[in-house]
Amino acid sequence: MIKVDNISKIYSNDSVETIALSNISFGIEKGEFVAIMGPSGSGKSTLMHILGALDTPTSGTYILDGKEVGKLSDDELAVIRNKKIGFVFQAYNLLPRTTALKNVMLPMMYAGMPREKRVNRAIELLEMVGLGNRINHTSNQLSGGQQQRVAIARSLAMNPAIILADEPTGNLATVQGEEIIAIFQELSDRGHTVVVITHEPPIAEHARRIIYLRDGEIVEDSTNHKHRRVKRGDE
Amino acid sequence: MELSEILSTALEALMLNKMRTALATLGIVIGIGAVIALVSLGQSSQMAVQSQIQSLGSNLLTVMPGAQSSGAVRGASGGGTSLTLDDAKAIMTSPQVTTVANVSPELSRRAQVVAGGNNTNTQILGSTAAYADVRKITVASGRFIAQQDVDSMGKVAVLGPQVVSDLFGDGANPIGQSVRINGMSFRIIGVTASKGGSGFMNQDDIIFVPLTTAQKLLFGVDYLGSISIAAKSEQVMSQARDEVGYFLLARHKLSNPMQADFTIMSQEDMLGAASQITGTFTMLLSGIAMISLLVGGIGIMNIMLVTVIERTREVGLRKSLGARKKDIVTQFLAEAIILTVVGGVLGMILGIMLSYVVSILMSLPFTLSLTSVLLAIGVSGGIGIIFGLYPAQKAAKLSPIEALRFE
Ligand SMILES: Nc1ncnc2c1ncn2[C@@H]1O[C@H](COP(=O)(O)OP(=O)(O)O)[C@@H](O)[C@H]1O
Ligand SMILES: [Mg+2]
Repeated sequence: MIKVDNISKIYSNDSVETIALSNISFGIEKGEFVAIMGPSGSGKSTLMHILGALDTPTSGTYILDGKEVGKLSDDELAVIRNKKIGFVFQAYNLLPRTTALKNVMLPMMYAGMPREKRVNRAIELLEMVGLGNRINHTSNQLSGGQQQRVAIARSLAMNPAIILADEPTGNLATVQGEEIIAIFQELSDRGHTVVVITHEPPIAEHARRIIYLRDGEIVEDSTNHKHRRVKRGDE
Repeated sequence: MELSEILSTALEALMLNKMRTALATLGIVIGIGAVIALVSLGQSSQMAVQSQIQSLGSNLLTVMPGAQSSGAVRGASGGGTSLTLDDAKAIMTSPQVTTVANVSPELSRRAQVVAGGNNTNTQILGSTAAYADVRKITVASGRFIAQQDVDSMGKVAVLGPQVVSDLFGDGANPIGQSVRINGMSFRIIGVTASKGGSGFMNQDDIIFVPLTTAQKLLFGVDYLGSISIAAKSEQVMSQARDEVGYFLLARHKLSNPMQADFTIMSQEDMLGAASQITGTFTMLLSGIAMISLLVGGIGIMNIMLVTVIERTREVGLRKSLGARKKDIVTQFLAEAIILTVVGGVLGMILGIMLSYVVSILMSLPFTLSLTSVLLAIGVSGGIGIIFGLYPAQKAAKLSPIEALRFE
């Protein structure tokens, strides 16, 4: 489903070159639940942005569902970002001064979904992440953890085949974090592909596969045999 | 996206940053309002002056003392002393001058006038009975200056309606009462009908006295300020001009027209000279209007550019959620159009109201120039749209992540 081949990303600002990723290659099959780990600055977010078709690698190819992403038109990329991939940003990236409901509705608006359906689905998703009583709060009226959950609800809006989450539990209490991970696990069980960046080993334990990055390179890519399963509502 | 969707997205985005929206709208309102108001003021005064001159009649020639120089400006000052009452009488009676219907010798000065407890500064015009005929003055009540008043150097006065209301109050009948001009008492014998006009061309703000009284008793001079001549018809205007010109040259013993110590002007000459002056005035006002437009435009530009960082990030976010370039451009265009339309309508209302108030205050005719309205809306709208679209265009070149990280 996802296949990256020899991907590098080099940032060059005023004569300083930062190699964020160097010659990375791997594949992810449909329905896999992958955790990406590694120290801060190791290139996890950079890799995730490329997988999300939000940024382009400096070199190398990225093949998504058999299509080379680098060769897609702007409009084709828009459709992928809209329908195929749900992205949870490390910094949430909610529209400022806008209600949780409207934020979650945005991807559905660009998909051309009828308004009534959008509202219903957005409410449903916000209830699922435990924000049923906060739908009309604007981004700045929500705590970090609440904003993070709005971002997760938004990423699920179009029921995407691939969910990419950049430290989605970083600002959540352990219980809430487990809830979110359970949602991802459930999606993975239903055939969605889930890739999660995390710093927390307990969270990573839920994944069947862990990719370790350091200084822009993959240092370990292991199948996690002792991965833990939680059911929603447990604990 | 449907139109309603586009509009509601644009409106939401505008509400997200109320300050930006308000300031950009203000820029447009000021630009458009100022242009409409100033250009309309210029045109109104131009029209007022033109209609005043046109109301003089198309068969009117005016002889002024002083040599022909640049247009009416020099002649109108009336500083020369070369014209006399005898010149006027000779033009009227000479068999050589065949195309002239009537001749009105005139002497005009400003003076302080007092009646009862009120006083005003107004134009005192010494004239003969011919003035009413030549300048098409009618009397609302009483009578105009008659020949016997001129012959007897009578201390009688005919008041313009503006002077009546200044001195005696609106609608008063002052006939039989007296008015003091330069300390000398005059009996009021008539009030003229209103001829309209305003400001420096107000034909109602005037007092007529017998010409001889004005010359000898009031101002102590023996020359004329000007001679107004009615030609027999509009068709013989140029002939009348030539006849009068050569006749006066001969009377003043001048052989060369270049040495003429007088100037003859037709209504057309005066229109030309006046429109030169009012044209300059209009140009000046238009210049100020253009500066307002520019300032408004820079305001719009600034406020759009100040928010470019936030807007670029917004574009990045929307694109990362699946917005196509088209969706973004449409949204930003819709925002700019809403701003422009709202600002444009408010600016037009403001401009029209201002022009209306000014036209009432200065008793000028009320005019609106379509060109200035369109120009103002075009410029402000254009700036609003160009700089409104700028963040969208800028962000379109970036990947969603680059746009999100933009600073
Ligand atoms: N826009 C950028 N310009 C320059 N360097 C960048 C930029 N984004 C990230 N980097 C650098 O790339 C490296 C990887 O960053 P990132 O992918 O955010 O790491 P992680 O998410 O693993 O903490 C870091 O050294 C970071 O400083
Ligand atoms: Mg990161």
